[in-house]
Amino acid sequence: MSVIASEPPGYFAQGMGIKAWLLSTDHKRIAWLYLVSLTAFFLLGGAAATLIRLELATPAGDLVSDDIYNRLFTMHGIVMVWFFLIPSIPATLGNFLLPLMLGAKDLAFPRLNLASWYVFISGSLFTLYAVVAGGVDTGWTFYTPFSSLYSNSHVAAAAVGVFIVGFSTIMTGINFIVTTHRMRAPGQTWFRLPIFVWTIYTTSLVMVLATPVLAATLLTIILDRVFGIGLFDPDKGGDPLLFQHLFWFYSHPAVYIMILPGMGVVSEIIPCFARRPLFGYRFVAYATIAIGVLGFLVWGHHMFVSGQSAFAGIVFSFLTFMIAVPSAIKVFNWTFTLRKGSVAFDAPMLYALFFLALFTFGGLAGLFLGQLAVDVHLTDTYFVVAHFHYIMVGGMVMAFMAGMHFWWPKMTGRMYPEMWGRVAAVTAFIGFNLTFFPQYVLGFLGMPRRYHAYPDEFGPWHLLSSAGAVVLALGYLMPLGYLTWSLFYGRRAPADPWHATGLEWKTSSPPPQHNFEQRPEVTGPPYDYPLPAPSRVEGVEP
Amino acid sequence: MNGIALHPIEASTVAPEVDLMFYSLLAFSLGLGLVLTILVLRFAIVYRRGSRADRSDPHKRDPLLEMGWTIGAAVVALGLFVWGANGYIERDHPPEGSIVVAGFGKQWMWRFQHDNGRREINELHVPKDRPVVVRLAAEDVIHSFYVPAFRVKQDAVPGHTTQIWFEASRTGTYDLFCAEYCGTQHSRMRGRIIVMEPEDFAAWLAAGPATQSIAEEGEALFRSLGCSGCHGPNSAIRAPDLHNVYGHPVALQDGTVRIADQQYIRDSILQPERDVAAGYEPVMPSFADLVSEDELMKLVTYVKSLATEHSP
Repeated sequence: MSVIASEPPGYFAQGMGIKAWLLSTDHKRIAWLYLVSLTAFFLLGGAAATLIRLELATPAGDLVSDDIYNRLFTMHGIVMVWFFLIPSIPATLGNFLLPLMLGAKDLAFPRLNLASWYVFISGSLFTLYAVVAGGVDTGWTFYTPFSSLYSNSHVAAAAVGVFIVGFSTIMTGINFIVTTHRMRAPGQTWFRLPIFVWTIYTTSLVMVLATPVLAATLLTIILDRVFGIGLFDPDKGGDPLLFQHLFWFYSHPAVYIMILPGMGVVSEIIPCFARRPLFGYRFVAYATIAIGVLGFLVWGHHMFVSGQSAFAGIVFSFLTFMIAVPSAIKVFNWTFTLRKGSVAFDAPMLYALFFLALFTFGGLAGLFLGQLAVDVHLTDTYFVVAHFHYIMVGGMVMAFMAGMHFWWPKMTGRMYPEMWGRVAAVTAFIGFNLTFFPQYVLGFLGMPRRYHAYPDEFGPWHLLSSAGAVVLALGYLMPLGYLTWSLFYGRRAPADPWHATGLEWKTSSPPPQHNFEQRPEVTGPPYDYPLPAPSRVEGVEP
Repeated sequence: MNGIALHPIEASTVAPEVDLMFYSLLAFSLGLGLVLTILVLRFAIVYRRGSRADRSDPHKRDPLLEMGWTIGAAVVALGLFVWGANGYIERDHPPEGSIVVAGFGKQWMWRFQHDNGRREINELHVPKDRPVVVRLAAEDVIHSFYVPAFRVKQDAVPGHTTQIWFEASRTGTYDLFCAEYCGTQHSRMRGRIIVMEPEDFAAWLAAGPATQSIAEEGEALFRSLGCSGCHGPNSAIRAPDLHNVYGHPVALQDGTVRIADQQYIRDSILQPERDVAAGYEPVMPSFADLVSEDELMKLVTYVKSLATEHSP
């Protein structure tokens, strides 16, 4: 390995053997452990999605049996939600960047951090066992009494897996909260923190507060199934709706666990490539907290037709519209950050702008679903499927890709090939819209979710959606190829290839084991971008 | 079907109202989305790196703009909320004089029974221009009664009775879907709603095999299960007389008052010790293992009929 002589050796110098990776408490290495595991799960969930779209290309249920189809969408949901989306940005980019952005040597509890990964892997083994042993057919929502009394699939094993993974989430959350409170650089006051840190911090709070409820809920399903305690069984005086309240009390905040870190990534990238401070920094920070808090108060909007009282429905609808406000504030702020800037369109920025577009159109669809009378028609149809894929895939995965490209030089010390990055971003954007926009139309036409076979009139839109999925898959496979290639053959990255302002750019790429040679100090606000922009540093030949 | 569908058929009285809201939201969303897209594109082009646009005073803050769009967003959100809530309240109050049909969801079929006892499976005949209430029960897992052409949907939940109402506005045959995932053949749990002219419907209903009405079947059950032994007028054991109970407030032992609705009657049959009427001993046994969902619905209908036929 050739290392630039004047710079300290990066953290890779601590060894590349199996032990050096699996036993290290270095947050940067643990980020890689997560990144590799999450990529594997993303591919697994993606494979299930591919089979689903192939089946739905024609109205007849002819490719796989109905039981297999039900297991596929359940696996797709469980894997993508708990084994990819929830840990995605916090466990990879958050793990890698939080100490760097705070000018710290590591997280507050490095060993807890490593333990969290082992807990994550142990939980995933249960879920993978459930898949291999024959699958689960409840949907990722585990609705009772189907999951607790009627399903003949491996519900308990899958629930145990998700239950265990929850502890990994809680561990990561506690670690991030303590780190943010205790380990900020000298001079780094709360309002000098990058928005990425604000979002990771808020996400961690939500993780720590909401995940125990999920744990309790899953445990009661297991108790109901195995010991027949009947908490959700009407014949024993239980109530199936209780499950939905508990489940969504966790799972709606979980939506914000998934999207907030994406908002954080975009808030770093847009100012950097527009060479402008983030417009309304404090509004964005407050909006982040507001989303975190209000996120706990809207769970009932998943249950407008479940038989909960009309009064409850109205209260939840009101609170749902309130949470739209801070989200709208953020969109306006990102947009106005571009004004009077000096905008460049490197791959991270393209991904960030696509995030902005898809998050906006996904969020606006949320207004339809928050509005009671319209939701009665749209809920449990493909409109809902399209809505959350716009936020989760169009928003969150786009932000994840934006962040991976933006910080790739920092994580690896290598530049990715820029042209390939742009082509992949545009491909994913086109593929995404082709896949999911037709699903809005399908939902309005009345196509229910989780249908293995469907009436002919929905055929053309499903076919278009399936065709789009091919393009989308291509958009995701490209980075897998060229990013891996760049690990070995990419150009060497300088410490700060984008002329960005965060502390993570003040140390070499890749950073040394203890991150900084000297503890950095913070003397001013974040995003202090000067105009005009210096020309981009392309990196040096290896 | 010819061509590619863009808009679902409107076949109920609420459908045009829901569609008006939907298209208003669509116009608002596309408008706002378009404005934002144009802004982003304009900024991105005008202020692209290397352009000669005027960038003076770039660090100026603009709290007025911030407050403006915060308040603007809040006002729009509030307006949308009020509009949607209105339609939802109507949904909870079926008009007087509705036809009542009992509906049961079970893996993986829909069963219906009309007032006069006529039964149907995966088909429901209803008249045009007359409100219809479907009382929903589920025998195993949660199902959802969804008719896209009517823009209505309601879950059928085990242990609860729920209801949905609609008034069909044009004759024809429309899809009925189960919209809540219910296991292996969820996607086969489909049926048809057949909307007929009122006179055709009356003829159809009368042509069914002569059976007892739901209330009559309920009355027979009331006797055969022994309910009449205690709740009858001349019984030795003191139990409340059930005439004129349905729809009226009932004072309970713990001092609270409940309206005797479907859920209350149902609960009283299954878990009699839960809400005991004031002044009575909790001596009634549970009938949970003795009656099916079907029979429950009949008993409730019978108790309900006791409140109308004898009202002063």
